[in-house]
Amino acid sequence: MSTRRSRILSVSALVISASLLSGCDLLLLNPSGDVAAQQGELIIYSTILMLIVILPVLALTVFFAWKYRESNREARYEPDWDHSISLEIVVWSLPLAIIICLGGLTWVATHRLNPYDEVRRIAPGVPVDETVKPLTIQVVALDWKWLFIYPEQNIAMVNEVAAITDRPVEFKLTSSTVMNSFYIPSLAGMIYTMPGMETEMNAVMNEDGVYEGFASNYSGLGYNWMRFTFHSTDEAGFDEWVEKVRSEGATLDRDAFVALDQPSMKHPVTPYGTVEDGLWTRILNQCVDDQSLCLNDMMMVDALGGGGLEGIYNREIYRGLCTAENPHALIEILRPQDAHREAALLSAIGGTPPMPPVSTAKPQTSTGPEGQ
Amino acid sequence: MATDLTHLPAVHTDVHPIFGKLTWQSIPIHEPVLVGTFIGVAIIASVVLYLLTKYKWWGYLWSEWFTSIDHKKIGIMYMVLGFIMFVRGFADALLMRSQQALASMGYEGYLIPHHYDQIFSAHGVIMIFFAAMPFVTGFMNYVMPLQIGARDVAFPFLNNLSFWLTVSGAVLVMISLFVGEFSTNGWLAYPPLSGLEYSPSVGMDYYLWALNIAGIGTTLSGINLVVTIVKMRCPGMTWMRMPIFTWTTLCTNILIVASFPVLAATLALITADRYIGTQFFNTELGGNPMMYVNLIWIWGHPEVYILILPIFGIFSEVVSTYSGKRLFGYTSMVYATCVIMVLSYLVWLHHFFTMGAGASVNSFFGITTMIISIPTGAKLFNWLFTMYKGRIRFELPMMWTIAFMLTFTIGGMTGVLLAVPPADYVLHNSLFLVAHFHNVIIGGVVFGVFAGVTHWFPKAFGFKLDPYWGHLSFWGWIIGFYLAFMPLYLLGLMGVTRRLSQFEDTIYAAYFITAAIGALFIAGGIASFFIQLYVSIRDRDSERLRDDTGDPWDGRTLEWSTSSPPPYYNFAFTPRVHGIDTYAEMKRHGYQRPTDGFAPIHMPRYTASGVVIAGLLTVMGFGLIWHIWWMAAFGFVTAILWAIGHTFNYNRDYYVPAEEVRAIETARGPRMEPAE
Repeated sequence: MSTRRSRILSVSALVISASLLSGCDLLLLNPSGDVAAQQGELIIYSTILMLIVILPVLALTVFFAWKYRESNREARYEPDWDHSISLEIVVWSLPLAIIICLGGLTWVATHRLNPYDEVRRIAPGVPVDETVKPLTIQVVALDWKWLFIYPEQNIAMVNEVAAITDRPVEFKLTSSTVMNSFYIPSLAGMIYTMPGMETEMNAVMNEDGVYEGFASNYSGLGYNWMRFTFHSTDEAGFDEWVEKVRSEGATLDRDAFVALDQPSMKHPVTPYGTVEDGLWTRILNQCVDDQSLCLNDMMMVDALGGGGLEGIYNREIYRGLCTAENPHALIEILRPQDAHREAALLSAIGGTPPMPPVSTAKPQTSTGPEGQ
Repeated sequence: MATDLTHLPAVHTDVHPIFGKLTWQSIPIHEPVLVGTFIGVAIIASVVLYLLTKYKWWGYLWSEWFTSIDHKKIGIMYMVLGFIMFVRGFADALLMRSQQALASMGYEGYLIPHHYDQIFSAHGVIMIFFAAMPFVTGFMNYVMPLQIGARDVAFPFLNNLSFWLTVSGAVLVMISLFVGEFSTNGWLAYPPLSGLEYSPSVGMDYYLWALNIAGIGTTLSGINLVVTIVKMRCPGMTWMRMPIFTWTTLCTNILIVASFPVLAATLALITADRYIGTQFFNTELGGNPMMYVNLIWIWGHPEVYILILPIFGIFSEVVSTYSGKRLFGYTSMVYATCVIMVLSYLVWLHHFFTMGAGASVNSFFGITTMIISIPTGAKLFNWLFTMYKGRIRFELPMMWTIAFMLTFTIGGMTGVLLAVPPADYVLHNSLFLVAHFHNVIIGGVVFGVFAGVTHWFPKAFGFKLDPYWGHLSFWGWIIGFYLAFMPLYLLGLMGVTRRLSQFEDTIYAAYFITAAIGALFIAGGIASFFIQLYVSIRDRDSERLRDDTGDPWDGRTLEWSTSSPPPYYNFAFTPRVHGIDTYAEMKRHGYQRPTDGFAPIHMPRYTASGVVIAGLLTVMGFGLIWHIWWMAAFGFVTAILWAIGHTFNYNRDYYVPAEEVRAIETARGPRMEPAE
């Protein structure tokens, strides 16, 4: 190969690598939300910790390969040397030491950054004001768009979500279709959304701006375009946004949700000015349309011993008559002999079926944080 | 906008009594990419068929290979299957890389999502089940019995059947290319997406039946190889004298036996959900898709170690052979392998930290994952200290090994990083993850396969592989790998997730283009490998490639003590073992090949039953996929009947007369003077 050609090659290699590094905006290592920032820092710390053992290994590999090459007759050759207790101790204890450190770091960081726990600080050194409640946003993954319900404001929005800068947000998530994953890289790590289950994520955004959010678990044909925008503004800006949604939007009742639930791609941003009472609970229990028995009701039936074989054919009997919120009628049908000790029976079920109030009904939470 | 990206073929739900769901619309003649592929495949296939017929190789192939129950031939057939499917899987990779590069530049590309989704699903399924698995099974089949001084595996017919069942799965996946379509649900097909409601087409059924059938083959092969190692080691070969590759084979096959039934059960559950209306994974009727995710990963994580453990074994053999030195820390290697085997069952949840498990559960699985890196790290150090005070010959297998040690270490580091749950919250499903597992699978399994192929090829065929084209292949792979996957790490850190075929902005273009260029380098590496095969076969009788000694690399284990290729009975006399690195010891003590005293050798007879049963099960699978019930019933019943019939075949073994052994050994013996 001529020197000219090799120079062209090396120059083009330089250009490519320079353009790669200069255009390099490593979002995950430089996010705008405090939770994501801590997760990004953890990536860096863990990497540094591991490099303590990785770099010597890489260097030794190259060095040994070079030094003990066949042509180097200077190097010692001991074909039968295959054992050394002291080296073995180093070989096992060096990775062990690193993993003990990393394991400790993991335990602490995983508990500190558990998405189910409310955030403890707004930013480094700024604790959360105890009097400020986190903003609750209920998130539903649909085929293939995101629905955001604001229970306190009683509004909803498709493919756009807003929050207040420096005020903690609490996301409650579910899916009315397949498994999906909710991800705003600038804000915090992702969490899965699953039908019939509720997951949770707490985070806080520290800078005003418009950020990208998207589905990060493959969910079928429209997955590419299942994206939304996350707006973070001050309180006034947020109120303005809420007012705008409220004034422009239609009502999100059960019929409107069933219509929205039809598969669609590149769905436009759609505001809903009011949200029907109890809609979230119905979404979560997969009974928005009248055809389906709610999961929590079904589980209450099962917890009380079930309807037996005839229950399969008589599902209609249970509809409306007996619900998770009001198991009295259910007990009268299923276990009349136990009617006199209803309270004891319900506590024996162990709180699995949620008691009132309606809005916090959880049919089947995926594994939650321990001790709660 | 030329095409409608959201195009989804209509699903035909009518089931015809004779043709099931199969109609003329199932043949994708409207897809130009597929028609082109079909024409290409058809041309190649007709050339191959013509050549086979012209040179009258059909009978030879049938009687010497397809019906063979010789573990060596089955091993080679596994490798051939692996390479064929590897090329198919790599073609998928090229399509994905080019589509993503085009999409990142703002073009629409040439693959609509429905097609792209099939490609990434097929790529994953093919590369894991029908390329990597056949590769490792091939090595284990070929090398292990030779290393333990056995004449075949414990159940030779079962070995043949296992192979053909794997082929059966591969054939079903290939048929899906031209008849109907493949799954669009990713390589692990999480419900509810893979359920009937969201995936009503036959694609998912192709996936299920291909894996159901191939999975049986893998399980049977696992049982077979475990029994072989436990029962058939030659006299003197105690547990702690087994070559490391045999140890890793043992641990791998224990993993297979313990984990593939989990896969079979999981797939059976979702098959039942799709075919007979059960609701195991449907929340609406009380099922739970998270159960599927747990079950599939309880198989899936050990599967990772099923792939990498035998490869660790290959590297151990290679390092010690080409450093001209005993393996450093044999005992600690064995324990490291066993520890990895056990721990691989305790980490599955790290594949879904983001599914909402609590902090303590996530920490537990994160830390167990990290603990695996301790024995893995110990192994790496042991290879390192094997090189220390060695005399390293830089033959190609050794170069692949050093490339592995450098590359795999990086992949291991990013793997441990992903095991930190809060880090995984941002990196899960990202291109960082994609880069990580390609880093360990290419840097580990693929490099190991090439090291092993170059190392054992002269044993299997009696001539070495041409080093010139081998070097080209090596550098194509190395450069290609780093170009293709380092940008993916960066893209992952930029928040780009996997399985996307369209991008809204163009800031990622430079990275995706670099990755596509890397894929082209890898393509060059693969092409060089095939040219290397061609050149080596062409020049097989030349001085530089031919090996008459049976021991071209100054090997250390028993497989090098026999001629190349080994006679079908492997060893005229069952070897006796007095330590580790038996053959190195034998050479040191001036081992002479025995020239008389031959005795008759008991050998199993070839049988066509494996091909026939697997063929009938393929028919059954096709019938089930297309709901052609009569065909499914026919395939199933005849396969069972044939299997029962086979048990009445008493003509299944014979004795090689001592005279024939003498003739073979005398013909080979004089050529096999020691290398020095």
